[in-house]
Amino acid sequence: MSIARFWRETPRRYNLGGSKCTMCGTVYFPPRAVCPTCAHHRESIGKMEPFQLSGDGEVFSYTTVHEPAEGFEMQVPYVLALVRTVEGPVLTGQVVDLAPEDVRIGLKVRATFRKLREEGKAGVIHYGYKFAPAEDLPNRPPGRPRGAVGAPAGSESDRAAA
Amino acid sequence: MDAGIVSYGAYVPRYRITPAEIGRVWGADGEGMGQSLNVVRKSVPAPDEDTITISTEALRVALVRGAIDPQQIGAIYVGSESHPYAVKPTATVVAQAVGATPNLTAADFEFACKAGTAAIQTCLGLVGAGMAKYGVAIGSDTSQGAPGDALEYSASAGGAAFVIGRDHVIARVERTLSYTTDTPDFWRREGQRYPSHSGRFTGEPAYFRHETECARRIMEAAGTTPKEYRHVVFHQPNGKFPQRVGKQLGFTEDQMRYGLVTPYIGNTYSGAALIGLANVLDHAGPNERILVVGYGSGAGSDAFDLTTTDAIAEFDRSYGRPVQSYLDSGVELSYGVYAKYRGKIHMGGS
Repeated sequence: MSIARFWRETPRRYNLGGSKCTMCGTVYFPPRAVCPTCAHHRESIGKMEPFQLSGDGEVFSYTTVHEPAEGFEMQVPYVLALVRTVEGPVLTGQVVDLAPEDVRIGLKVRATFRKLREEGKAGVIHYGYKFAPAEDLPNRPPGRPRGAVGAPAGSESDRAAA
Repeated sequence: MDAGIVSYGAYVPRYRITPAEIGRVWGADGEGMGQSLNVVRKSVPAPDEDTITISTEALRVALVRGAIDPQQIGAIYVGSESHPYAVKPTATVVAQAVGATPNLTAADFEFACKAGTAAIQTCLGLVGAGMAKYGVAIGSDTSQGAPGDALEYSASAGGAAFVIGRDHVIARVERTLSYTTDTPDFWRREGQRYPSHSGRFTGEPAYFRHETECARRIMEAAGTTPKEYRHVVFHQPNGKFPQRVGKQLGFTEDQMRYGLVTPYIGNTYSGAALIGLANVLDHAGPNERILVVGYGSGAGSDAFDLTTTDAIAEFDRSYGRPVQSYLDSGVELSYGVYAKYRGKIHMGGS
């Protein structure tokens, strides 16, 4: 992948930056400029706002890869999963920190920041999200997103009131 | 000083290897090596982990725990001796990945194992001068020892992130003091894959002299004695050195209990003293005094005299894993898989 193309995608790959329809509340990842499903289809134009996914979700389905894509030879066998996020969108991502035989449908996972691939020994290193098991982790405290897109809740104003 | 730690987070990769397994491959008494170093196992990063990913994970935990708006961060400094790039900062990737860009300053620090504590001092200066609301200091490494070298039994991976600020401080920094000299105990020349060290010389004139001098000088400046500290954290290149330096200075095992993490995860270099401090903060209540003395080869020590505040009682640590869970858990690897993960196997090609 070209450097420029990957660089353009960093808001999505680094921070799960999607979009949300302010008319019907549907969340999209990757972000959309128009809400294709809601009744306000035309009215949603210009009314989609940036929305950051929390990274929490569960395995919807998965497959174990034995013939790796280039750059993944060190990780074989590895699991690629469809993860249904708590906000709705289904993402494709690698599941790490768990043996393939222990991955199952319904497994609670959380996005983790990992190296996706390297452009050879001298090239750029690409980073982005993968998923790690979150079964034994407490839930994210309410009102505390991971921060990045828009003004996060639970920041200064909330603290002052607390 | 009215600045201090507002929030913190630590991260240690999942894989482990034992000294016995390393010794088995090199025909050495690995178990004996582990006992003499007081290292039971060390952490190993997965093939898709490096200083950038470890730093990001640790900082994300810190930001959620402290409910900190990343846009309020004025500086991010990442201290490491294993930055993935020789040229291109770690700190910018971390800043982007936590949503702190673009209104901040960022830089990478390098000073063997004390780059993270140097970053804390810089943040204290910035925050204290009112130039930044929050400063972030991270100490993180995926350190390597040459195959078969003594360092291989302890060099591991992990990191911790500290958010420095003036509001909602959970541990106030009473003072900080450094002790720096030119001491050639450990180095890595440009382009070299593994570091070199001067064997026993890394002990007395290097680690012990700097740790004890720095600790004594900060206690002298503060007018304190070891008795006044509930916890003490030393740099921990292995599990034995910090125990010995603690004894030399008059600290008890109870004071060192939470600050010593290397026996279970190995030497995380820039992360070592900071993960120890994170473990102390995981267990500390209000009004507990903490002495931290980091050390970096080459050489220097940074000391911090901290006191926890009432705010630590309400501090929500529930997000992310406590340090103890990293000490207790992990998946053990064979030397073969470890060598593969650490890029020690020549795969051919360029």
